[in-house]
Amino acid sequence: MADSAIKSRPIYKGLHINAHARRHLFALEGEGALALTGQAESQGAQFLAKAEVLYVAHGSQPRAHEGSLQKLAPRTFWQAPTIPTLLTRVRATLSTATMGTQLYIAGTEGFIGQVMQVALELGIDPNSIATEHRGSLARRVQCVHCKGITENVTASPCTCSHCGLALLVRDHYSRRIGAFQGVNIDAEAPGTAPSPQELFP
Amino acid sequence: MSINTDMPVRVAAVTEVAERVKRFRLESLDGAPLPFFSGGAHVVVSMQDDGRLRRNPYSLMSSPHDPSGYEISVLRVEQSRGGSAFMHEHVKAGDRLVISQPVNLFPIDHRGRKHILLAGGIGITPFIAMMEQLSREGRAFELHYAVRTRTHGAYWKNLQERYGAHRVKIYCDAESLFIPTATLLEFQPLGTHLYVCGPGGMIDGVLNQARQAGWPEQNLHCERFLAPPPGKPFRIVLQRSQKEIAVEEHQSILEAVEAAGIDAPFLCRGGACGQCETAIASLDGVLEHNDHYLSEAEKAAGRKLMICVSRFKGPELVLDL
Repeated sequence: MADSAIKSRPIYKGLHINAHARRHLFALEGEGALALTGQAESQGAQFLAKAEVLYVAHGSQPRAHEGSLQKLAPRTFWQAPTIPTLLTRVRATLSTATMGTQLYIAGTEGFIGQVMQVALELGIDPNSIATEHRGSLARRVQCVHCKGITENVTASPCTCSHCGLALLVRDHYSRRIGAFQGVNIDAEAPGTAPSPQELFP
Repeated sequence: MSINTDMPVRVAAVTEVAERVKRFRLESLDGAPLPFFSGGAHVVVSMQDDGRLRRNPYSLMSSPHDPSGYEISVLRVEQSRGGSAFMHEHVKAGDRLVISQPVNLFPIDHRGRKHILLAGGIGITPFIAMMEQLSREGRAFELHYAVRTRTHGAYWKNLQERYGAHRVKIYCDAESLFIPTATLLEFQPLGTHLYVCGPGGMIDGVLNQARQAGWPEQNLHCERFLAPPPGKPFRIVLQRSQKEIAVEEHQSILEAVEAAGIDAPFLCRGGACGQCETAIASLDGVLEHNDHYLSEAEKAAGRKLMICVSRFKGPELVLDL
């Protein structure tokens, strides 16, 4: 997570257990599981009695982090097959939750962005949500031209998966959309885009 | 330097509302509309009291959608420094006053799903304008209003009639009814914002309980208008203006600076907004930080001072003014 001159570029401050919370809700993706197991080691296991863990393995399927999460024995553990399924569960949980519920999100940026989007819709201030970036640096990118979203972008320029334009991946980020901005790089002379560089492995 | 936003106004009406509370309606001299404001905003009223300039902030309580006039309510404070006594004794319908443009340091967070307003005594005023706005926008809100006695409490009857007893709850000290803060904090939907305005002890108590109940800072809002506390007189040096001035017992540094004809920036005059932050050029003595703006670390560092409420004890204080 390089420093950026662009103010909208999110900063993930890390999961820290809020000692005053009455309920802890974790939305974790892949390597994000390690952010929680790390906290359980350093903070003690007390908070786990009030914790609900929603997990999706996504890219980290072979590493089977669900095993170590279940071993923590949180009040609830639930594994989603896909990110959209997990988002549905997050939405349902948050919409009936009360104040005093602390949301924690850990995983890739694209995942954090999508869970944040749900939280924002429900009027939760993004600064009150604990986030930690784990795993790949891959970005979720919105093409500013066709508005289509391309997931798991690791290189810039990338090709828009919707309209096919060559996109420069910027640090400019939209919380509302939960994606970085991709802008056509060879508009004046199509076909002259520089070769992609693996910037977000 | 502060931008001069002063507007002359005419006092259109003065109404006795409750024990020690008067409402003043202010209109522009030519009947032109006043600037729109948002619920929670205040104006600073300048008073010429026998050659002495007094400036007090008052929350606007009229409808934010009605620019034909502003309304403020003034509680006559028992140990008044002069402002509230002047408003009560000298200001009559037809008089002229000077007010600042509205400033809002206590706005509604429009991302919230629900808004809980907690008022103590005269702390009701910003909420009256806020509720106009919330109700017009169709947002979920409720008011919990603590009053000493039903005759001391201003506006509670009108508010209950207007918004219904399910949304406006009155708690009266004399009837041993108190705001059930703990219960209130427990069952609110995620995305609820809490706003509190009243005596300092009430604000601290509510915020503290809310934090203990796991409410994040972002959802907690308060407005405290500190009157500048009195203290022993002292002298200060203003470096840029090359002046040495005296600060009297019942005067703030800011008021003394203004009395010396120097324009210093300010907004809230109550230690909350940070606008009057002044750098300290040199210091030999003890600063008395009375504001709610600087962090504890900043207060300990002694490099800056909120001159609207803070004071000083010692032989020398040089300010960058």
